[in-house]
Amino acid sequence: MNGILTIAHLTFHEAKGRRVVLAALILGAAFLLIFAIGFHQIYQDGVANNHLSIMPRVEQRVGLGFVAMAGLYAVNFLVVMMAVLTPIDTLSGDIRSGTIQTLVTKPIHRETILLGKWLAFWIILAVYLVMMAGGVLLIVYAVSGIQLPDAPTGIAFMLLEGTVLLTLSILGGTRLSTLANGVTVLGLYALAFIGGWMEQIGSLLGNGTAQNFGIITSLLVPTEAMWQLAAYHMQPPLMRDVAITPFSITSVPSTGMVVWAVLYVVVMLLIALRQFRTRDL
Amino acid sequence: MTELAIETSGLRKEYGTKIAVQDLTLTVHRSEVFGFLGPNGAGKTTSMKMLLGLVRPTAGQARVLGEPLGNVPARAGVGFLPEHFRFQDWLTGREFLRFHGRLFGVPAKTLTRRIEDLLGQVDLLDAGDRKLREYSKGMLQRIGLAQALINTPRLVFLDEPTSGLDPLGRLLVRDLIVRLRTEGTTVFLNSHLLSEVEVTCDRVAFVKRGSVVRQMSLAEQTGGMEVILRLGASDARLLQGLARFGRDVHSTPDGTAVGVSLQVEGEEKLPEIARWLVGQGTDIYSLSMGKKSLEALFLEVMGEDERPG
Repeated sequence: MNGILTIAHLTFHEAKGRRVVLAALILGAAFLLIFAIGFHQIYQDGVANNHLSIMPRVEQRVGLGFVAMAGLYAVNFLVVMMAVLTPIDTLSGDIRSGTIQTLVTKPIHRETILLGKWLAFWIILAVYLVMMAGGVLLIVYAVSGIQLPDAPTGIAFMLLEGTVLLTLSILGGTRLSTLANGVTVLGLYALAFIGGWMEQIGSLLGNGTAQNFGIITSLLVPTEAMWQLAAYHMQPPLMRDVAITPFSITSVPSTGMVVWAVLYVVVMLLIALRQFRTRDL
Repeated sequence: MTELAIETSGLRKEYGTKIAVQDLTLTVHRSEVFGFLGPNGAGKTTSMKMLLGLVRPTAGQARVLGEPLGNVPARAGVGFLPEHFRFQDWLTGREFLRFHGRLFGVPAKTLTRRIEDLLGQVDLLDAGDRKLREYSKGMLQRIGLAQALINTPRLVFLDEPTSGLDPLGRLLVRDLIVRLRTEGTTVFLNSHLLSEVEVTCDRVAFVKRGSVVRQMSLAEQTGGMEVILRLGASDARLLQGLARFGRDVHSTPDGTAVGVSLQVEGEEKLPEIARWLVGQGTDIYSLSMGKKSLEALFLEVMGEDERPG
């Protein structure tokens, strides 16, 4: 455990030293600022319209809920990028530069190194997610007083989605070059993304084949399914009845899919540990 | 506890169909400086990596500090300076050493003292708070060396430790190796700077195309002398007679005469040999004595078929 923490500590240092954290913080703050201004404007317009009694209150709330979900959807994309890109170079880069040779010859197991790196990036990801999603929710509440139904559950599912991608990125780094790894993991994410949409459209049109295709891709890469669950828990009730959007979910993934996603992370991590333990460095 | 720091037998590494190391069989005693010599591509680095657990051997056995390869706790007593490395360059020199010390499990209090001591030894005390990315190549090499010694290892592997160093840096490393030996540390030195190996190493192994072709004590070698004779004639009886004065007696035709060489222990053998030859009635055209340089020995061991790697 001590070794894992030492490696995690170094990894934080590395993320800081390479200005990854700084870039993420600046862009994140910029995003929240723009979102706050935009949301405030939309709210002001709504209030003005409401004053003229053109837009009913309920519809206005649905509209604001929609904008809030759009903000969270954007956060979802940022989290996906963070999950894939921050650890993409951590193993392959160290292997290429030879830095890894001075680590694995220490009296610690190779597994410890991998787990320490995984843990550090997971903590960075979790903090980033909570700050960004929490920022959006706070802005929405502060401006309009609207509270999305089950934000903590939603954020937990987004974290699970990020964890899947983070683990895939680390797994790829044990054998692939940085570039090949990035192409592979983002490709897998895109596959799940398209599959998720096909499932939604399939369920809306009652097309079983499209729906099954979506479920299969979700089993292959359970990322989009986790976003759908997150969106389902956070969206205002009325939005569930509105036409299909990326963040109004008609076909809700089952509990089985959640169990599968957790299992998926564990299995991918075990494969990564095995790959890293047995390779020549 | 065994007297051997490293003991390997038939260690082999194949990458697909390519054989990187064919047969690594060698012994390194405790508290000696061991030179591992051979041309580029002979398998020196792969051999070292196998001993360090970085690369899994395809076949063979080895024990390092009495433990089988890949034993994790045993690594607490081993230090390593890789040949091509790029360290965590966002750390300062002190942070870098502290981090590596922590990975070795060195207690915090001991570590602080050890870091200052080592920074002094590699002449980087004033640069300790600068980031590694600001270091020169020679400074990086020296901080890398300090890293390899942070755990006060019983056995340290140095892969080309003087590459990238200026003459002063080389002298510093040489002195450091000598100090390590007096402290009882075993040093496994991978180098092709033969003049350096000659002054620091106790024993050497020559590697050619993935196999150890000769292991020898350097003290023996440099203490010993080579006698070169040109005689009117020689026969088996004469050569046998000469073998009483030394070893490795070789004869080669040299024009009308015969050249004979042999290894003897010291100068005092020379008049004895002359007296004996005269007594045998042999014509002596010349009689000389010299110390064989490690370079000459290297070329001899590698043979004429070896080309620059």
